[in-house]
Amino acid sequence: MINKEERKEAIEQWNNQTKVWTEKRGKAVTFLAVSVMILLSFSILIFVASKGITIFTKNNASLADFFFGTEWKPSAVNEEGRPLVGALPMIFGSFSVTILAAVICSPLAIGAAVFMTEISPKFGMKVLQPIIELLVGIPSVVYGFLGVSLVVPFLRNTFSGSGFGIAAGTIVLTIMILPTITSLSVDAIRSVPDSLREASLALGATRWQTIYRVVLKTALPGLLTAVIFGMARAFGEALAVQMVIGNSTVIPDSLFEPASTLTSILTMGMGYTVMGQVDNNALWTLALMLLLMSYVFIFIIRIIGRRREQQ
Amino acid sequence: MKKKFFGLLTFLLLAGIVLAACGNNGSNGNGNNNASENGGEEKQEKVTGSITAVGSTAMQPLVEEAASQFQAENPGATINVQGGGSGTGLSQVNEGVVDIGNSDVFAEEKEGIDANKLVDHKIAVVGMGPIVNKEAGVDNLTKAQLIDIFTGKIKNWKEVGGKDVDIVVINRAEGSGTRATFEKFGLDGAEPVKAQEQDSSGTVVKIVSETPGAISYVAFSYFNDSVVPLKIDGVEPTQENVETNDWKIWAYQHMYTNGEPKGLTKAFIDYMLSDEIQSNLIPELGYIPVTGMKVERDAQGNVTNK
Amino acid sequence: MNKKLADRLATAVFYFIAGIIIALIAFLIGYILFRGITVIDWNFLTSPPRTSRPGGGIGPQLFNSFYLLVITLVITIPLSLGAGIYMAEYAKKNRFTDFLRTTIEVLASLPSIVVGLFGFLLFVNYMGWGFSIFSGALALSVFNLPLMVRVVEQSLSAVPQDQREAGLALGISRWETVKKIILPRALPGIITGIILASGRVFGEAAALIYTAGMSSPNLNFNDWNPLSPASPLNPFRPAETLAVHIWKINSEGIMPDAQEISAGSSAILVIAILFFNISARWIGRIVHKRLTAS
Repeated sequence: MINKEERKEAIEQWNNQTKVWTEKRGKAVTFLAVSVMILLSFSILIFVASKGITIFTKNNASLADFFFGTEWKPSAVNEEGRPLVGALPMIFGSFSVTILAAVICSPLAIGAAVFMTEISPKFGMKVLQPIIELLVGIPSVVYGFLGVSLVVPFLRNTFSGSGFGIAAGTIVLTIMILPTITSLSVDAIRSVPDSLREASLALGATRWQTIYRVVLKTALPGLLTAVIFGMARAFGEALAVQMVIGNSTVIPDSLFEPASTLTSILTMGMGYTVMGQVDNNALWTLALMLLLMSYVFIFIIRIIGRRREQQ
Repeated sequence: MKKKFFGLLTFLLLAGIVLAACGNNGSNGNGNNNASENGGEEKQEKVTGSITAVGSTAMQPLVEEAASQFQAENPGATINVQGGGSGTGLSQVNEGVVDIGNSDVFAEEKEGIDANKLVDHKIAVVGMGPIVNKEAGVDNLTKAQLIDIFTGKIKNWKEVGGKDVDIVVINRAEGSGTRATFEKFGLDGAEPVKAQEQDSSGTVVKIVSETPGAISYVAFSYFNDSVVPLKIDGVEPTQENVETNDWKIWAYQHMYTNGEPKGLTKAFIDYMLSDEIQSNLIPELGYIPVTGMKVERDAQGNVTNK
Repeated sequence: MNKKLADRLATAVFYFIAGIIIALIAFLIGYILFRGITVIDWNFLTSPPRTSRPGGGIGPQLFNSFYLLVITLVITIPLSLGAGIYMAEYAKKNRFTDFLRTTIEVLASLPSIVVGLFGFLLFVNYMGWGFSIFSGALALSVFNLPLMVRVVEQSLSAVPQDQREAGLALGISRWETVKKIILPRALPGIITGIILASGRVFGEAAALIYTAGMSSPNLNFNDWNPLSPASPLNPFRPAETLAVHIWKINSEGIMPDAQEISAGSSAILVIAILFFNISARWIGRIVHKRLTAS
């Protein structure tokens, strides 16, 4: 007969073992999930990179031509027999619309964020935030068509030119990245401890002074992160930009002349090329550039984050 | 409870994947085998199975509608029609990944495709023509004028008898079949000036209708009242003129198969070439039946009378 | 300028900015709805599209959008719960965790066209699944995962530390603490996050053009066998979603009412997003009340 003491001990041992086992299992399951994502990330990098460098390894294109050349006609070759893969117009276009959109959008987004957190939190949370979140759901195709129907004619009538170009792309992207920058800015501003605000007000500062000198300064790394995230999104936008930028592989003379971005040429050309041929490989190189740029953006964000910790 | 839920979900997911993968592969293989075994008696036999056709987005509406009618008459058959572009279509059929590759261009015209492996089925002819914005003030151009406009030598409509409006050239996507055909037969191979490019025909028509002085080119089926289709050397862009080759800017719509088609693929292609489609659906959608053509043209552009 | 004036001016500027944004968004949404609402009726919502004749609808595309969303969620919810729990509860602050976080963020900022092309190479061609719901769901998961992991992690971190300490004091393991105490508390935030992420997935097009495809086979809605090719539930069939459909008909659509259909589809999409957003908040509130007795 097992007496009460022994039985109790046995049960306790069983519970402990199960606990350890449960704990290990739980940890394993979560770790598995994480490994899947790492695997995914790496496989994307490997796939795109291997396709992206073939134009240099197999088709004899030159790196310098790619970054500094302005002639884009991959199926043709120049005097040295190298394919014409001058991607400078697209690189210029991508960077121009991204930077311009960020410059225009950030004050608006951060202003809205400040409004929602400092000036009018109740109204901000209940009305402004849901409205801005709506923008996230509008698909890029719809933005593209709004761009072609509203923005392009407006630009054409107000300024000279065809209406297509960097200006149109910038306007469309500004609206598209507004929710991203706003919501991340809201997070950044909210994470500034209230004690700082109270201290500032106790010292006699007005609300604006508190915002300007204390809150925004403290939240600066987070705000910068928000802007960089917005830029990353703008850089990678394809469908909407393709419809309004004009897709002309030249560096435009003005904001209102057709230009092109990495994404627009990539989207337009993919379907017409045959896998394994020069023109297809060239497009994959554009895709690789997009991928690398997103790594660069993340890297910048990390650096800002590290600086924030050092503060 | 959460853990059990996790485990159950993962198991279901994996099970689902395995089952579905088996099911899908199974039905594909069986379907084709059945159909080819019955090949001899196909007239009476209903064809079953599932095939995929990929390629030109310009052909997509036509092939989709025909597939939908075919599937209504043959309930056991499933025909998936995707876009992806002529290049994608040719690559995929070349590699044997899909059953039919839809293309606006001859396989010989695209590098990297082993045209000898592929069998060409010309199912329709598409005519295309230049369209201009109403404010340009012209409805006819000579071939030489057309070339000069697209190569940038003529910059204003008044130089060709129109109004004093700057010419805005809108080209089609580099590599598209539409562009290749237009440059070969409309511009006689001249290299157009660097201009803005638009991929989609629908957008092109919209832009031309709204931009003063704009000129571009689309397939006949996209002509509408918002733009002015041009005549070239007095020849109108009509089906009759394409059939006699008086209007030279036209191309075949190809459905390529890897080797001779069998089973459901063959049945569908035969259906596309049948009178039912050629006389009804094709003209209805704005294409031109191959049967009405009085001339033939090969991949190099040589024209012979039928 | 004294500081009181500056304060008033700044406040005015902020109100102005908020006002512009509201006006802008109201205008955009209003424009889309206004152009599209006249097209929407029961017929539009349930009948299949017509290639060249007017009167086509978006029935299959609407179903596909939802079904694709469901499958994507089935794939991403367990994975993101797992990863989020790991990041919030188990991970120590070391280089590996940093690396992990970077990896997740990279996945989140990939251009959607790159994800679509990658999906085309891997899921459609290499794995042989072809243009299918499954390929599309996997491509969408690539975006959705990092969003959801962030949501889960944030919601878990928001639960106060004393709850964890209480759990450990009671002698239950960390995993059980998470399962029974932390997770329920974080659930409203997680659910809200899932629904908002769904909104983004619902409107995605670039990634799906090359993976889920641009057409939908004839769907027999009476056939619920997931293995049959004509069944709407078959995850290995091509599935054009609403967003892709809008892109397609605006590119190559030759039906005479293409503009109307695209306007109507855009309006439906926007309405669906509105619906997602509103229910996210509402459900979050209800779940919170139920689970935390507050």
